[in-house]
Amino acid sequence: MRRRFWWLLAGSAALVVLSVFLGRYPTPPILPPRLLESDPLAARLVLTLRLPRLLAAFLTGAVLAASGLTMQMVFRNPLVEPGFLGVSQGAAFGAALAILYLSPSPWTVQASAAVFGFLGLGLTYAFARRLRYGGWILRMVLAGIAVSALFAAGVGLLKYLADPLTQLPEIVFWLLGGLWATRWANFLPVLAVTLPALVLLYLARWRLNLLTLSEEAAFSLGAAPGRERLALLVLTVAATAAVVSLAGMVGWVGLMIPHLARRWFAADARQALPASVLLGGAFTLLCDDLARTAVNGEIPLGILTSLLGALAFVALLATTPRTSR
Amino acid sequence: MNALALEVRNLSFGYRAEEAVLHGIHVRVPVGSITAILGPNGAGKSSLLHVLLGLHRPWEGEIRYFGKPLGAYDRRSLSRTVGLVPQREHVPFAFRVEEYLLLGRSPHLGLLAQPTAADLRAVDAALARLGIAHLRRREVASLSGGEHQLVLVARALVQGAAVMLLDEPTAHLDLGNKHHTLALLRGLAAEGRTIVLTTHDPHLAASVADQVLLLRRGRVLFGGPPQQALTDERLSDLYGVPVRVVQVENRPCVLPQ
Repeated sequence: MRRRFWWLLAGSAALVVLSVFLGRYPTPPILPPRLLESDPLAARLVLTLRLPRLLAAFLTGAVLAASGLTMQMVFRNPLVEPGFLGVSQGAAFGAALAILYLSPSPWTVQASAAVFGFLGLGLTYAFARRLRYGGWILRMVLAGIAVSALFAAGVGLLKYLADPLTQLPEIVFWLLGGLWATRWANFLPVLAVTLPALVLLYLARWRLNLLTLSEEAAFSLGAAPGRERLALLVLTVAATAAVVSLAGMVGWVGLMIPHLARRWFAADARQALPASVLLGGAFTLLCDDLARTAVNGEIPLGILTSLLGALAFVALLATTPRTSR
Repeated sequence: MNALALEVRNLSFGYRAEEAVLHGIHVRVPVGSITAILGPNGAGKSSLLHVLLGLHRPWEGEIRYFGKPLGAYDRRSLSRTVGLVPQREHVPFAFRVEEYLLLGRSPHLGLLAQPTAADLRAVDAALARLGIAHLRRREVASLSGGEHQLVLVARALVQGAAVMLLDEPTAHLDLGNKHHTLALLRGLAAEGRTIVLTTHDPHLAASVADQVLLLRRGRVLFGGPPQQALTDERLSDLYGVPVRVVQVENRPCVLPQ
């Protein structure tokens, strides 16, 4: 178990280093390392564009996977994903709104996406409190579905209203997800939000196990299930909204990676959480490497994560789980 | 009489206003005794356990553990005093028995602390005590009903609470496992742990309890020793069907008529 974890860590680190040199300048797919000293353009490209972008890719995957795992455990449901409480669709609506009526600068779009991502959660929570049906988990899930549908309808309306030649492609491209606009300036604020959230989740990793028990069992073991679940939710949603505002809709990472981490490591969050962080980060970085290197142009990141993620998910479900560690 | 582990006075509770599910309950549970709460389905047995656990605040009345009001305990010290053994618990993730039992140590660890070797030793001890060390690496979801029940009791042992509340502890067990569990409960009581369990099975109450509480529609019909509680008249009243109690080897045995 421990050995496998070190392998994963080493593999992730190697992928990060490799990604620094992977790209289409000067010729695809690799930039010779010595060019960094002789070619000032290469050095500038790596430092100002590629480095923040690949760190953002790793961070996006790490946050989505860690948030997905946390939400699955907090909601005691292995089928939820981090955007489902209205966060993803809220952010999408915010981004489309900014592209249409504010300014299409990455900054404005990102800020609007973050604000509406949070608004999505707020609406979900307020709605769930008013529902007079089922337990807490069911109410949050139902409210999340309803709020997501509302924002999805809003996104549809904005797409319909958008100028098909200038604005619509922008919206569509944002919805498909991608990190082409990442610079240090918009990556660092996201890092400032997500890094503390990841650290707190890591510290709470054993406590997460306790929250997967039934309400009365968790309570009898000293937890305050309602309060602790809410605190973890706010943490994951803040982190998710931050990365979604930067990367757009990057699907399947938050759903699939936690399953993979549990299968390869353990259901115990002491192993599954760090494994999710590394697997999610490495997977998304790999997809982003493909997105920017594979063709002359850019494949939207969300297409690749969904394609590879869904394939991996099917493969995972089709194989029998291991029975002993 | 021994000191009281649990004392309940005039307890009333309901989930919705104007709809009480528990009315004016009085219970006195001595340290190291076994109390069985016996009643038909929907009598309020589980609700009573949850209120005793502190999960729900009673409308009225008082609950004291070892003389101290429930409200005066903080969450952690309460969870070191009172533990719950729920009915078969659905675990949506593939935890292993060892990881599942380790959660019993939560009341002894801080919010962000990690369990240590000492906590693992408590798990070892509980596994050995129940004779289920061979289950250590099994996934909880793969256990049989009987194994799962033993694991839940083991978790309460790991928790180390002085008072154990058990919700229908033998509901899913076959004869052998039932016998095993009851022997275990008697052993725990003999060590000074206090046990309160719910059941709808009069035989279970007869064979293990020092005190039986007959609960119907949220009211205690009778509370006292099994020989006095389990009579034709009282049980017919409790279940709403005529039953006859016969003595077999000095133990009450209930026959529907």
